[in-house]
Amino acid sequence: MDPGFFVVQFLNGLATASFLFMASAGLTIVFGVTRIVNFAHGSFYMLGAYLAYTLAGIFMDAAYGAMSFWGAIFLAAVIVGLLGILLELVVLRRIYDAPELFQLLATFAVVLIVQDLVRMTWGGEDLLGPRAPGLKSFVLVAGRRFPEYELAMIFAGPLVLGALWLLFHRTRFGVLVRAATLDREMVGALGVNQALLFTGVLFLGAFLAGLAGALQLPREPANPYMDVNIIVEAFVVTVIGGMGSVTGAFLAALLIGELQAFGILVFPKITLVLAFLVMAVVLIVRPYGLLGRPQAESHGAARAGAGLAAGTPLQRGFWLALLALLLVLPLFADEYSLKLMIELLIFGLFAFSLNFIMGWGGIVSFGHAAYFGLGAYGAALLVHHFAWPMEGALLAAPLVAGTAALVFGALCVRLSGVYLAMLTLAFAQIVYAVAFQWVEFTGGDNGLIGIWPASWAASRTVYYYLTLAVSLAGIGLLWRFLYAPFGYSSRAVRDSAIRADAIGIDPRYQRWLAFTVSGIAAGLGGGLYVFSKGNIDPEVLAIPTSVDALTMVLIGGVETVTGPLAGAALLTLLKDFVMPLTLYWKMVMGVLILGMVLAFPKGLVGILADRLPALQARPAERERPA
Amino acid sequence: MNGGAMLEVEGLVTFYGRAQILFDLALEVAEGEVLVLMGRNGAGKSTTLKSIMGLVRPAAGSVRFRGRELTGLPPFRIARSGVGYVPEERRIFAELTVEENLEVGRREAPPGKEPWTPSRLYALFPNLAELRRRRADRISGGEQQMLAIARTLMGNPELLLLDEPSEGLAPVIVDQMVAALTGLRQHGVSILLSEQNLHFAGRIAERACIIEKGQIRWRGTMQALLADEEVRRAYLSV
Repeated sequence: MDPGFFVVQFLNGLATASFLFMASAGLTIVFGVTRIVNFAHGSFYMLGAYLAYTLAGIFMDAAYGAMSFWGAIFLAAVIVGLLGILLELVVLRRIYDAPELFQLLATFAVVLIVQDLVRMTWGGEDLLGPRAPGLKSFVLVAGRRFPEYELAMIFAGPLVLGALWLLFHRTRFGVLVRAATLDREMVGALGVNQALLFTGVLFLGAFLAGLAGALQLPREPANPYMDVNIIVEAFVVTVIGGMGSVTGAFLAALLIGELQAFGILVFPKITLVLAFLVMAVVLIVRPYGLLGRPQAESHGAARAGAGLAAGTPLQRGFWLALLALLLVLPLFADEYSLKLMIELLIFGLFAFSLNFIMGWGGIVSFGHAAYFGLGAYGAALLVHHFAWPMEGALLAAPLVAGTAALVFGALCVRLSGVYLAMLTLAFAQIVYAVAFQWVEFTGGDNGLIGIWPASWAASRTVYYYLTLAVSLAGIGLLWRFLYAPFGYSSRAVRDSAIRADAIGIDPRYQRWLAFTVSGIAAGLGGGLYVFSKGNIDPEVLAIPTSVDALTMVLIGGVETVTGPLAGAALLTLLKDFVMPLTLYWKMVMGVLILGMVLAFPKGLVGILADRLPALQARPAERERPA
Repeated sequence: MNGGAMLEVEGLVTFYGRAQILFDLALEVAEGEVLVLMGRNGAGKSTTLKSIMGLVRPAAGSVRFRGRELTGLPPFRIARSGVGYVPEERRIFAELTVEENLEVGRREAPPGKEPWTPSRLYALFPNLAELRRRRADRISGGEQQMLAIARTLMGNPELLLLDEPSEGLAPVIVDQMVAALTGLRQHGVSILLSEQNLHFAGRIAERACIIEKGQIRWRGTMQALLADEEVRRAYLSV
């Protein structure tokens, strides 16, 4: 290959890096100050692109020229910035004191709402924007053609970095933002109104996202999927750089941009997974990213999470009644309801397994779909390639998932907080990419079909009873773990790893075990899932599956035992109810989730427990002899 | 004492989770005075200051400053009403320069008062002058303590809540601190100081309160405290 090719690849890498940086800078700034992982950043990016499309159309019809084009881009970014202020005022301001996961769920609900708003306004088609006047041609670089617009964009990233540097070092607003990133409570004690500061930061973050989306328009059409795609990439860049560090994000963007430009030459299939591989490696070596620092310890009292109470007779009666109802259900339920119930039970187990580490172990996983999906794929592959019977495949599913959890968990539990969550996401995305791209083995995008239960379990009713027995056994075992000394150790590590360490519990080992157990249980759910559907495709491993599990846990109630089950039931039934009613079911779900987060920050079961003290038993934890 | 009570704290009750720290605590700081709050570790000194500042929310009681009710206001409102707070851990912004730390604290002075400026503060804390471009995590602990005080002064407070400023400082730095705080009094800043170091407190304060188990157990002049060995043994000796 001639050297010109390498030069052009290098420039391509720089252009990619430039865009990645602009798309991520706002995210890292917002996180630094507000500590909110803002999923809606992707929505801002998408809105930037769509608004620029519309504005450029209007302006360039009126007067064709560079002024119209750049004016449209800038105005789009400003409007998106104002929408950022709206988000801060209407949503974020109410939940700054809520647990970070609720903030995340709230911003995710905003993503759902914006997705449908965009679809309503601009339709679902790809919209290709105008090309930039004056930058439509090519330049010759080492004898090869390189687009002028790309060349200009290579400079845009550093330009934004420079402008941000000036803002942060030469203005009072910037100095306050940097100070708030380090210790926002102290900034407040010095007389700074945090609410105003946060509003300003949200404007800045959304403006940058909108700008990046608008500048992207001449390269790739605006489409309704660009929000999720970019948010994942922006998260990766932000985490690799170190959350809250703008310079770190720039370095991370360069790293990913260039690795992608050249990695594609060595191994063409690597694009989908490369960023996550880089993130995994960086986090294993540097647990807080390239230029990140450990999150500041909170200056308040040590957090005490929920303990566990022994069940009251009333509660036991309720569970027995529910069990009886589930047992007789097939007598009067139709096929469709049984199918729905099977799904509900499986997702109940899945959500329960997530909360096992999240609510009771303090390990937040953004990638729990990996273990659910690996259980499902493990079973499906054994049936498809090796003609295993259903029974064997169902037994193997939790083992496949558990093995993966054992390996990934060992690396994940070394981290904490958002970084840990992002590493779990990275592993899930790697598994997803393998399932997606290893077409010969996994069927790729199409997945595998014809994975049906054994003949004795082929009837819906029998499979229902099988699912009921297996998922209740799984949930029961996890439940038992929670009340066993294992659960006590997990909660000790969750509330204070240092103190747990001091009394002889190895925090990492404890977390590792919990992570593995949780993965096994999720895999069991995945195994049941694949036979209930008869087919499998990579979607089961994708981010929405992980987010569904998180949503179930959060709307049901973290740190409640039964919350995830209630959440799974609610979300499954809601989806079933809402989806057929409207094309815009995402918006309905988004509004519902947002409403729930704002109204019940403790989740449904948490609220019930607060309202009905009769349901709450005496705290068993305290009365146990040590 | 000159003038009436500037800060009036009454019936303050504060919890951390389920643990009650302050029990019906009351104290007053008069205009222009330096009052020291003394007590052992865990007696509730820092919690008292944090409760006044709104950093922990008291469950009951009231904090009035110049007759204005502060209870329940967010910390930034309390700071804007003229109360400055210097935390025990200093909590300087490590990645900002000395000068930038001062900038974060800057607010308008009340009408008619000469505002604190970096140059006036460098005169009060001469060590900081040469360090103005230095990152705040690259200066010594004593310099950080002075920076923390100077940063709060940039907000032109009329009352300064100082949480154990002498903690962990070398004797020579303590001397400088005494000089600076004495200088502050001459500028008309009232001070509520929490301290364990009796010697340091004796060089600055006129009056003392002794706190134990979240309640004020003794109050009087500094001379009386220095003279009363029994009180010191009962409440202060370790």
